[in-house]
Amino acid sequence: MSEATKSLKSRKHRLASSFIQLKVLNDNGHSNGEAYSFEGKLHAAGHYPLKPLKTEILQVNIGKMCNQTCRHCHVDAGPDRKEIMTREVMQQCIDAVKNSDFNTVDLTGGAPEMNPDFRWFVEKLDKAGVNIIVRCNLTIILANPRYYDLPEFYKTHNVVIISSLPHYSARRTDAQRGEGVFAKSIQVLKMLNEVGYGMDGSGLELHLVYNPSGAYLPPSQESLKKDFKRRLKSDFDIEFNDLYAITNMPISRFLDYLIQSGNYDAYTDKLLEAFNPLAIDGLMCRNTVSVGWDGYLYDCDFNQMLDLKIGDKAPLHISEFDEEMMLSRTIITNQHCFGCTAGSGSSCGGEIA
Amino acid sequence: MGKPYYIEEDLFKFGNITEFQPELGKKFFSYYNAVFEEGALTEREKALIALAVSHTVQCPYCIDAYTTASLEKGADEEQMMEAIHVAAAIRGGASLVHGVQMMNKAKEISM
Repeated sequence: MSEATKSLKSRKHRLASSFIQLKVLNDNGHSNGEAYSFEGKLHAAGHYPLKPLKTEILQVNIGKMCNQTCRHCHVDAGPDRKEIMTREVMQQCIDAVKNSDFNTVDLTGGAPEMNPDFRWFVEKLDKAGVNIIVRCNLTIILANPRYYDLPEFYKTHNVVIISSLPHYSARRTDAQRGEGVFAKSIQVLKMLNEVGYGMDGSGLELHLVYNPSGAYLPPSQESLKKDFKRRLKSDFDIEFNDLYAITNMPISRFLDYLIQSGNYDAYTDKLLEAFNPLAIDGLMCRNTVSVGWDGYLYDCDFNQMLDLKIGDKAPLHISEFDEEMMLSRTIITNQHCFGCTAGSGSSCGGEIA
Repeated sequence: MGKPYYIEEDLFKFGNITEFQPELGKKFFSYYNAVFEEGALTEREKALIALAVSHTVQCPYCIDAYTTASLEKGADEEQMMEAIHVAAAIRGGASLVHGVQMMNKAKEISM
């Protein structure tokens, strides 16, 4: 197995430690010598301390296991990661959803489908009457015959599918997600279209995620969506609903890429310079709670990977979920948060400002 | 080895030209920013034109800046290289079209 197909953790890389990542992120000011902090920016914008607005989306990371090893992965997911959520913790998530205002459960990973209790979880959530999102990497559906019927399974449970396709060209997609990923992704998008996903009037939603294949910010979501629609239709006869443009967060494997390629300083300067206070209202940490594979709670999936747990005194677990307490909490921020406030802002649902 | 003439970091100090002449510098940047705003041409089209012109004026700062800008405005690698071919075609064409002048002169002074 080449280095590029292994997680930082299995390589025993220093950036596998969230402590080291936070140290790197906090050791650097702007290249012009100016010190800065995200907290300071929140103060200046009148948003400190940052508070949640509502509990709308429960984002559940059901495991770090994945069939791909994307170069920018903030989860450090891969085939060598074994951490997955148990059915017991899934049940605790279902109980929390039933006793709160969450209307959407957003399943992510890793490749969430690789968790052996994935289908059980989706069926239970469907019965509980919430909207279900699955962040599907597309290629998993071709990875093993046992996944071939997933498009039908998703259709049965009216799951919203959100899938990464960083570009409509093989060059950029494969550079980020691995050799051959583009061709397989196209094949799976066609399978999803065949069962009705992304097609007008089907009610089955298929959204794509663009994120830059390098150390630069995403273009405007609207103009990019038009390009993707045009090119995927003309080149492959593929349809989809919406496109979300997401900024790469300077953590985990993307942080490693930035440092290795000599782009770290310029990229973090760029995020700081593009700070947009108008993005603060739409930050996903304000309507989302994130659950880790072991059931601990976080303000977002990025905080989860940096091990910044919710809880003033002790880390809070989904089994102790309390909506009132959750709404009164202070959201934990750090230097990586500049990734969500740059330019038009960024969230798991794309632009926010 | 001496210092290079072009220093990468200097690109980010472009704004400092106002230090020696604030009034004209500010007018220039105000104009410059207005030029690159979306208008009859999109921001992406303007970035691609700037990328092509950067190669014609052979300014390394401009090439770095408008390679990044083109990517951030959603251009792809193929479009970017085609923009540079447009610059190259005009540069080559500008030389060759003067060939007519050469031919005129040669014919004028030849039997």
